[in-house]
Amino acid sequence: MSFLTLTHLEKTFGQNRVVKDFSLDIDRGEFISLLGPSGCGKTTVLRMIAGFEQPTAGGITIDGKDVTALAANSRNIGMMFQAYALFPNMTVADNVAFGLKVKGAPKAEREARVAEMLALIGLADLGGRYPFQLSGGQQQRVALARALAPRPSVLLLDEPLSALDAKVRVSLRNQIRQIQQDLGITTIFVTHDQEEAMSISDRIVVMNGGVADQVGAPFEIYNRPTTKFVANFVGTLNTFEVEVADAASGRVMLAGQGLTLPNAPLAARTGEKLSVALRPEALRLGRLPDAEALLTAQVTDVHFMGSVIRVKADLAGAAVSLDTFNRPDTPPPVVGSAVEVSLSGRDFILLQA
Amino acid sequence: MSRIFAWGALLTGITFFLLPLYGMTDFSLRMRRGVYSLDAYRAVLADPQFQATFGYSVIMALFTIAFGILLVVPTAYWVRLKMPELRPVVEFITLLPLVIPAIVIVFGYIRLYNTSSWLPLTGSAMGTNILLMFGYATLALPYMYRAVDTGLRTIDVGTLTEAAQSLGAGWGTILSRIILPNVLGAVLSGAFLTFAIVIGEFTMAALLNRPAFGPYMQILGANRAYEPSALAVIAFAITWACMGLIQLVTRFSKHERAKA
Repeated sequence: MSFLTLTHLEKTFGQNRVVKDFSLDIDRGEFISLLGPSGCGKTTVLRMIAGFEQPTAGGITIDGKDVTALAANSRNIGMMFQAYALFPNMTVADNVAFGLKVKGAPKAEREARVAEMLALIGLADLGGRYPFQLSGGQQQRVALARALAPRPSVLLLDEPLSALDAKVRVSLRNQIRQIQQDLGITTIFVTHDQEEAMSISDRIVVMNGGVADQVGAPFEIYNRPTTKFVANFVGTLNTFEVEVADAASGRVMLAGQGLTLPNAPLAARTGEKLSVALRPEALRLGRLPDAEALLTAQVTDVHFMGSVIRVKADLAGAAVSLDTFNRPDTPPPVVGSAVEVSLSGRDFILLQA
Repeated sequence: MSRIFAWGALLTGITFFLLPLYGMTDFSLRMRRGVYSLDAYRAVLADPQFQATFGYSVIMALFTIAFGILLVVPTAYWVRLKMPELRPVVEFITLLPLVIPAIVIVFGYIRLYNTSSWLPLTGSAMGTNILLMFGYATLALPYMYRAVDTGLRTIDVGTLTEAAQSLGAGWGTILSRIILPNVLGAVLSGAFLTFAIVIGEFTMAALLNRPAFGPYMQILGANRAYEPSALAVIAFAITWACMGLIQLVTRFSKHERAKA
């Protein structure tokens, strides 16, 4: 039985249906990310779980208990906010102790727990400082300690890394994941950053227009997107029009070369056009022996990104992006040059609406 | 050229404000013929009426401040949190005491709460004191509300409230432990302004026949020569002390300083 269950959740603001028939089962100790563009309803789902918004319809149960109508302050849910939300009038230690104090925990217990939490986030020496004396990353770590101190049953993270610079963001997300795994706390993370979601989640819920388009492990979401939206939103996608040569065996033709798609038999009939997609890393520079087809592309742009080089090129009538690892002994392709690109039908993604 | 104009404007302003003050202070020190002395001040401070009326007004000011905080802080907080669309309406209401003369308000009070009304507050000294406190709170409302609302604007009321709620806090705890301490500087600004208003207020206290400092200043002004000037200087000093305290409170509050 799942630990947290969302059943047919609906939320309407005036005439605007923000969340539509949203259902999800989350296991104890699982790390779930709600991923989607602005306005897709991910934060509204999180706020309904927290108790800040009342669902228009549907129910929320935590550990078998229906909390749908329960006030936010009675749900025992920890939350981190994008804007840190530390209490400016309190020191770091007082912030962390706040939840325990509200619950009426004795002073000795509070002090021990504050020390434990500050040690957990690596800020044991900063208990006496005020929030304004801390960096953004430190403030967000304190917010994490404050949320965890009262031992909540669920931890909700509302884009907690968005306001931080890139380096701090990566280190803090790794720290959050580490702490979450150590404590085994069920966590729901809202983000619009796909890299963030994929790097730390057990499962990702990709949301679009108030509904969950796809729920799955990061590997599954990235490699086997079930809708066009998920395929386009998660990662970069190159789309091609191919002609079906044999629907039963999944054989298609691209720029005169034959490729076998993985989803045979195809829904389209032989001779029809089909829309397919490839990830940038599935297009490989050079002539590779295990590739099904070899096409020539015209390089239009080159982006050197450190470990990865992203090459933009015209390939079989489509503008594509392809990624290749940087090698110190191999210079990147020159803009305007012709390059050979290897590809295989098994890497293609068939797109549904 | 613009610099000369700026200096000229500044000097004109200073002259306009300081010259009467200088004249009044100088006059208040000339009670003893031919020499400067503090005789007028001594006379005022030794007057039992001064002590009684000033004490009465201070107590009334403290009650007015307490009532104002209890009324305005939760109201401004709730309007910001739950009913932001009502802010212009509430702001308009809080501005009304600036356009409705105190004499109109107090006559309204007397008419509504006289001895033959359903709530005869003017029938007893205590009832009239309560009525006067409400009147003072109304007069101070534009300043108190604006100060608190400005303070609330400097903090993220919604997120702090939700953060406290997620940690188990109820409305009382949120208001007393999170919101109020974070707008304390603004609340104290409003409180000191209220204090200054109550100490100098004449119309309401006189028409409700209460022994306040304002009517005492008027009586003294009508019957003495030098003491009223000394009293006016003392009143100015109290007001300036209040303004100084506002600055001090802001300066010595660590988290308030961070917001600045």
